[in-house]
Amino acid sequence: MRFSGLRVLAEALTGHKGWAPLWRNPDPKPAYDYVIIGGGGHGLATAYYLARTFRQARISVLEKGWLGSGNVGRNTTIIRSNYLLPGNQPFYEFSMKLWEGLEQELNFNAMVSQRGVLNLCHSDAQRDAFRRRGNAMRMSGADAELLDVSAVRKMAPFLNFDNARFPIKGGLLQRRGGTARHDGVAWGYARGADMAGVDLIQNCEVTGFFIEKGRVRGVETSRGYISAGKVGVAVAGNTSRVMGMAGLRMPIESHALQAFVTEGLKPVIPGVITFGAGHFYISQSDKGGLVFGGDIEGYASYAQRGNLPVMEDVVEGGMALMPMLGRARLLRAWGGVVDMSMDGSPIIDRTPIEGLYLNGGWCYGGFKATPASGYAFAHLLANDSPHPTARAFRLDRFERGYMIDEKGAGAAPHLH
Amino acid sequence: MLIPHPLLGPRDAQEFTYLGDAKLLDRPDGMAPGAAEAFFEYLYLRDNRAGVHEELWFHEQGDRAILLVTRDTTTHEILGAVLARDAVLSRTGDGT
Ligand SMILES: Cc1cc2nc3c(=O)[nH]c(=O)nc-3n(C[C@H](O)[C@H](O)[C@H](O)COP(=O)(O)OP(=O)(O)OC[C@H]3O[C@@H](n4cnc5c(N)ncnc54)[C@H](O)[C@@H]3O)c2cc1C
Repeated sequence: MRFSGLRVLAEALTGHKGWAPLWRNPDPKPAYDYVIIGGGGHGLATAYYLARTFRQARISVLEKGWLGSGNVGRNTTIIRSNYLLPGNQPFYEFSMKLWEGLEQELNFNAMVSQRGVLNLCHSDAQRDAFRRRGNAMRMSGADAELLDVSAVRKMAPFLNFDNARFPIKGGLLQRRGGTARHDGVAWGYARGADMAGVDLIQNCEVTGFFIEKGRVRGVETSRGYISAGKVGVAVAGNTSRVMGMAGLRMPIESHALQAFVTEGLKPVIPGVITFGAGHFYISQSDKGGLVFGGDIEGYASYAQRGNLPVMEDVVEGGMALMPMLGRARLLRAWGGVVDMSMDGSPIIDRTPIEGLYLNGGWCYGGFKATPASGYAFAHLLANDSPHPTARAFRLDRFERGYMIDEKGAGAAPHLH
Repeated sequence: MLIPHPLLGPRDAQEFTYLGDAKLLDRPDGMAPGAAEAFFEYLYLRDNRAGVHEELWFHEQGDRAILLVTRDTTTHEILGAVLARDAVLSRTGDGT
């Protein structure tokens, strides 16, 4: 079923009786060439590109809950390619380019909106760092603009420019950055994968691996044993748990991250605004809700919720930056479990077990990576060689001393 | 979260800085054979367990003691806390 404006019109005239479910809901088959564990954004995108771009093969995605029940449906939907380090930035810019063509490719409205991402700075030193990062972005082919105070004032007159501790001195703007509808991204990839013949199997928790002579042969699941040629793990906050079933310890600590949304308001916030110094960032959804968040909780957690102190910290940051926020009413708060890696950067790599591949360590920033992560992981699964933009995301980089540490915080997951 | 400090009674977890898995107490011997491998594992790899977890919390805004806290990472319930120093001493017998 293809979506089009004409189709919407035709359905409107005929009582919307012609719409069909977006994907089948098959039972697992006994064997697949490729088994992807995790039906989040990354697992679904991987299956899609594997089936569409790289391989005609028997492919399945095993998801313990429903598709998109994890972080892909919990994030604050920001997409951007504004990283500094050479191991990261070309990958995120590749992702941004895929975002730009995603809806046409998937024939699905993922509400990709390039409304701009503005990072605020408060000192000369921070401005210098932004200038450097902006140059790194431009060298990778991305866009970046350094704004002075008057330009920021024009974009967002409601900000508190003269805060005594963090006066706003300018900002780094990526106009091509913005937001996308998180659920829509999961659904679009799921539908695309299903149409390419991938079996999307829900309520199917992987509970163990069958490993023979150092090679993975299949997975134990809550719906029986499934044998597999290759297994790709893309389970975000549960990476350590799932890889632990294969006897591997990960350079990862799981933390909870919260997000918040207010009641719907008239358009007031032009794009995404980040106030890193105050642990706060915000955008406005198309429904009108102000969507905002801040830091991770800072202690190991598998609970999909945070605690009040971080909520207070985030809201304080918001009030300091835009005092008008005090008039809005908070509607909902929720949390997700994020896979904080030891250098703050992800892993897309083979593992010491033959046939077992890992995609994880996305920390609090893997939504923007969804298209490129899926593409690069599919490339790795199909060709056994890394995608050119994902070469640095090696699992053994910690042992070899090749960390990709954007923040320079060291092996302290709660600080990345 | 309230952490039952063995000397100061229940304290708000906000007074503490989280240091991570209590295995960080078992610093490898840098002079022993295989030290590089041992330090890689010590510094970078974690069990990252779902469920009961022993971890270190530094009472930064308090008496600056490091506590060994037992907490369930799936519910955030805190099951107990002792001075990390006492835990190490009771294990090695003499603290060396
Ligand atoms: C509050 C919050 C805000 C965020 N904001 C942003 C943002 O603005 N921008 C950005 O780029 N990123 C953001 N992120 C990060 C981003 O959401 C994640 O990095 C990304 O979604 C992770 O990849 P995923 O979509 O594949 O994960 P998930 O959607 O979590 O998918 C993993 C799936 O694996 C399944 N699974 C786990 N264990 C098993 C098992 N044993 N068997 C079968 N299935 C299993 C889970 O049920 C889950 O569905 C945010 C995260 C949170 C929590």
